[in-house]
Amino acid sequence: MKDLTDDQKERSANLKGMGCSRKRVEDARFTQGKGNYVDDIKLPGMLHGDFVRSPYAHARIKSIDVSKAMALDGVVAVLTAADLAPLSLHWMPTLAGDKQMVLADGKVLFQGQEVAFVVAKNRFIAADAVELVEVDYEELPVIVDPFEALQSDVVLREDIADKKEGAHGPRKHHNHIFTWEVGQEAETNDVISNADVVATETVYYHRTHPCPLETCGSVASMDKVNGKLTVWGTFQAPHVVRTVASLLSGIEEHNIRVISPDIGGGFGNKVGVYPGYVCSIVASIVTGVPVKWIEDRMENLMSTSFARDYWMTGKIAATKEGKITGLHCHVTADHGAFDACADPTKFPAGFMNICTGSYDIPTAYLAVDGVYTNKAPGGVAYRCSFRVTEAVYFIERMIEVLAIELNMDAAELRRINFIKKEQFPYQSALGWEYDSGDYHTAWDKALKAVDYEGLRKEQADRIEAFKRGETRSLMGIGLSFFTEIVGAGPVKNCDILGMGMFDSCEIRIHPTGSAIARLGTISQGQGHATTFAQILASEIGLPADSITIEEGDTDTAPYGLGTYGSRSTPVAGAATAMAGRKIRAKAQMIAAYLLEVHDNDVEWDIDRFVVKGAPERFKTMKEIAYAAYNQAIPGVEPGLEAVSYYDPPNMTYPFGAYVCVMDIDVDTGVQTIRKFYALDDCGTRINPMIIEGQVHGGLTEALAVALGQEIAYDKMGNVKTGTFMDFFLPTAWEVPNYITDHTVTPSPHHPIGAKGVGESPHVGGVPCFSNAVNDAFRAFGLRHTHMPHDHWRIWQTANKLGLHG
Amino acid sequence: MIPAPFDYHRPSDLKGVLALLQEHGDEARVIAGGHSLIPMMKLRMAEVPHLIDLQSIDSLKGISIAGTKVTIGALVTQHDIIDHPELGRVAPILKETSLQIADPQVRYMGTVGGNVANGDPGNDMPGLMQCLDATIHLIGPNGTREVAARDYYEAAYMTARDDGEVLTAISFDAPAGGYAYEKQKRKIGDYATAAAAVTIQKAGGKVASASIAMTNLSDTPVWSEAAGAALEGTTCDAAAIKAAVAAMLDDIDPTEDNRGPVAFKRHVAGIILTRAITRAWDRA
Repeated sequence: MKDLTDDQKERSANLKGMGCSRKRVEDARFTQGKGNYVDDIKLPGMLHGDFVRSPYAHARIKSIDVSKAMALDGVVAVLTAADLAPLSLHWMPTLAGDKQMVLADGKVLFQGQEVAFVVAKNRFIAADAVELVEVDYEELPVIVDPFEALQSDVVLREDIADKKEGAHGPRKHHNHIFTWEVGQEAETNDVISNADVVATETVYYHRTHPCPLETCGSVASMDKVNGKLTVWGTFQAPHVVRTVASLLSGIEEHNIRVISPDIGGGFGNKVGVYPGYVCSIVASIVTGVPVKWIEDRMENLMSTSFARDYWMTGKIAATKEGKITGLHCHVTADHGAFDACADPTKFPAGFMNICTGSYDIPTAYLAVDGVYTNKAPGGVAYRCSFRVTEAVYFIERMIEVLAIELNMDAAELRRINFIKKEQFPYQSALGWEYDSGDYHTAWDKALKAVDYEGLRKEQADRIEAFKRGETRSLMGIGLSFFTEIVGAGPVKNCDILGMGMFDSCEIRIHPTGSAIARLGTISQGQGHATTFAQILASEIGLPADSITIEEGDTDTAPYGLGTYGSRSTPVAGAATAMAGRKIRAKAQMIAAYLLEVHDNDVEWDIDRFVVKGAPERFKTMKEIAYAAYNQAIPGVEPGLEAVSYYDPPNMTYPFGAYVCVMDIDVDTGVQTIRKFYALDDCGTRINPMIIEGQVHGGLTEALAVALGQEIAYDKMGNVKTGTFMDFFLPTAWEVPNYITDHTVTPSPHHPIGAKGVGESPHVGGVPCFSNAVNDAFRAFGLRHTHMPHDHWRIWQTANKLGLHG
Repeated sequence: MIPAPFDYHRPSDLKGVLALLQEHGDEARVIAGGHSLIPMMKLRMAEVPHLIDLQSIDSLKGISIAGTKVTIGALVTQHDIIDHPELGRVAPILKETSLQIADPQVRYMGTVGGNVANGDPGNDMPGLMQCLDATIHLIGPNGTREVAARDYYEAAYMTARDDGEVLTAISFDAPAGGYAYEKQKRKIGDYATAAAAVTIQKAGGKVASASIAMTNLSDTPVWSEAAGAALEGTTCDAAAIKAAVAAMLDDIDPTEDNRGPVAFKRHVAGIILTRAITRAWDRA
């Protein structure tokens, strides 16, 4: 690219386009309490719904008596499965090809399950009425362990007990959901049995929860006069919700309007379709007035959308020099009571088959067994793309275990196994084509930045001091190198409920040179209104400040699959660039007409078209926009609008190199993070400030998960972590200062080279924190200890190693 | 998270409070900062048909100090303690403890009286007040009475206070010498995994007297007379500290919860107490 003149630099800066740390346009309203969330929706005559929930994890419902609740002044209705059955709405399909109860039909399968829906004049009356609904339960044996579930005679899902075939193939047992296999089993076993060295380990990625600041909720308003249903809700995929609502209710899709207003964080929690949404819709249809349902915090933690709960057993084979030759992975996946995982249809374990990680592993095999238990359904991708966090955690732990087996430095082991720059596009053994990467450069930069050798020396000194009794503190150096797979995805293999996972952008340029662009995605804090305007500013030469971005209203926005799995920039961002280029193509014709030259005789220059060789003759985009509406141009339609539906040719593969330095008090189990360095390569960087914010947020959620955040059950299936007293949500106090860094390896197939970043820090951060804890004890014989690494578990690790004397 | 219906009362004097308590019996509870009671009400674990707010009772506010004699009104917040320079000089252990309670937002609302009165084993002030041998002042239909903090706690949420009584103040004689409040918790806002309050008076290079209490390791705070006695007359060396810890471990009875199993809690209790004694001795 030619060097820009001062004039060009100034014009470019005025656009606040790509590469600019433009301040978030959303923040003015959020920081002043002027956001508009679903609970801010207040409609005349609106009723309020609340759930009667099961106190038991597994029980038969003998009877439900609603008479006392109905007698309470202000109660309008109490819905049970019996009321929904005539409408066939007592069950609903899940995104994973299973079905789940909307309201308990004969039995309950997890604590907190929805049993009855009370509708009342206000939420206080509704809460009082919930207490008055009398449910007679007969307790049944509870299974919270997936391995036990596969052995047990107890049938959890009586509705499908005799079905030998599930949505994803044969079922081996009445509590078994599916087996998903990828790769070459025989070859992999062969490689492993002939290998110099094999490391075996079982790695449990515990059940946790995305826990956004705003819980789930909806407001449904059925207008019986014109037949229109409007639903506001916490939806990460509003267009899909509209389609599902139409299929479930029989209301024609054009008569349904779904609106995602401001959303206070999603992290996967708001991808699924929940009984509360269905019940608010049904209640509004029944009563003819708007009905609101808002989940409280305990309900959110107990009943909507857990994440992880993967038991992953790995065997990794290598030569004695450390070159990895094969990887075998078996997963026992606890899906809870219903298979409600939010994955693309053909991927019942999401993209778990990215588990060969950043390494050139020639032979691999993965099998995943999904299992029913008496826990809440969900299995959402908590700040990651469809089980990528599980996959990266697995391989990054296996690498560390292999390093122990080989008595090698784990950083060096990674280096000699990285996919090399010249191998891209790289075909992985488990079926993915990695688009681009330069792992060695990123790794070397990271290790140099933290003085890796110096850290290892300090650690060795600390170990000696510990052995001499001079300190009770150990030092852990956590390493992780991750490759994500985001931007789902190509329609040929990615769909949700049959809807291809393309995305869209529609642009209207106004006569005076400002614009509105609408997308099929929906921001939940990612800053779309800021960054998508920047993409457009660079593409169409109008200032980002003159471009409104609008999402989330299915009546106005083009159809799209929503925001999750870091897909907004890779897919909708690409659609935005492509739509912008259509605008520019038409603008070129208009400019040529105005300048009285041939189309090919003008060229693009930041915010204008200039006559080639005569830069003093030009038309700015602002002038062109006006002309589009007030000139009769032969052969060109009036107006300046474009729409693009983008079907990505491939996923994008962001990557990064993280290092965590942690001190561990062996006696109390207290861990202190001294340093955290995060290098991210997300390809082309649109807004560095927003990227940095995303990295900080993702790392903080990674810290949470690695160091304490879990949804724990006792043997009776009671949730032990249903409030913030026990569910760990870190505050500023618990969070270290993060050092962020980057390299830039653009995606070769994306129009602007961007790869997506919102989830990378979570995906890479979890193994980094966990590896630091494990590494601290490596010198004392530890191979692996499970997350979450809270105080007592760290203490227990030290205790088992005999470090308490 | 919506409480059962309740009536809200805000009397302007203690007489009014006591009358309401008499009238409604165990259907009434007083509320100060509300940081324990309101969550319990929202979870419907506590149903309080008559909630009596003490915020308008000025006689329950304020800190008074006469020499080493300190009196803290029931409505004094943790923030008030942190923000009181004279109290910080006379009894610095109160500030050290308050700074380890929850977060600033909670400390602006949470009161010493509520913390002491509620009988929650997780609260920090009860253990501290036992360490300081504080006196708890109650008022009831039959007038006022005083109860030693060391006699006040019977079981979790069960105290020597009768239902018709209100805690009005806590007083103590501020000890000279060294002090420490040491607490391990999982995160800001959490209750202690283990916490220790220690005061030590030094004379002639030896421990003249020591008082030791711990928090959240039994269903009441644990003031261990034997633990303090184990330090007295020693130079607070490793053996003495070990003896004090052993004495304390005999007196605590932790239960397993999400903070960890009993063995872990007992181990951490010993470590936290060792650190508290060491710091108090350094300051003595």
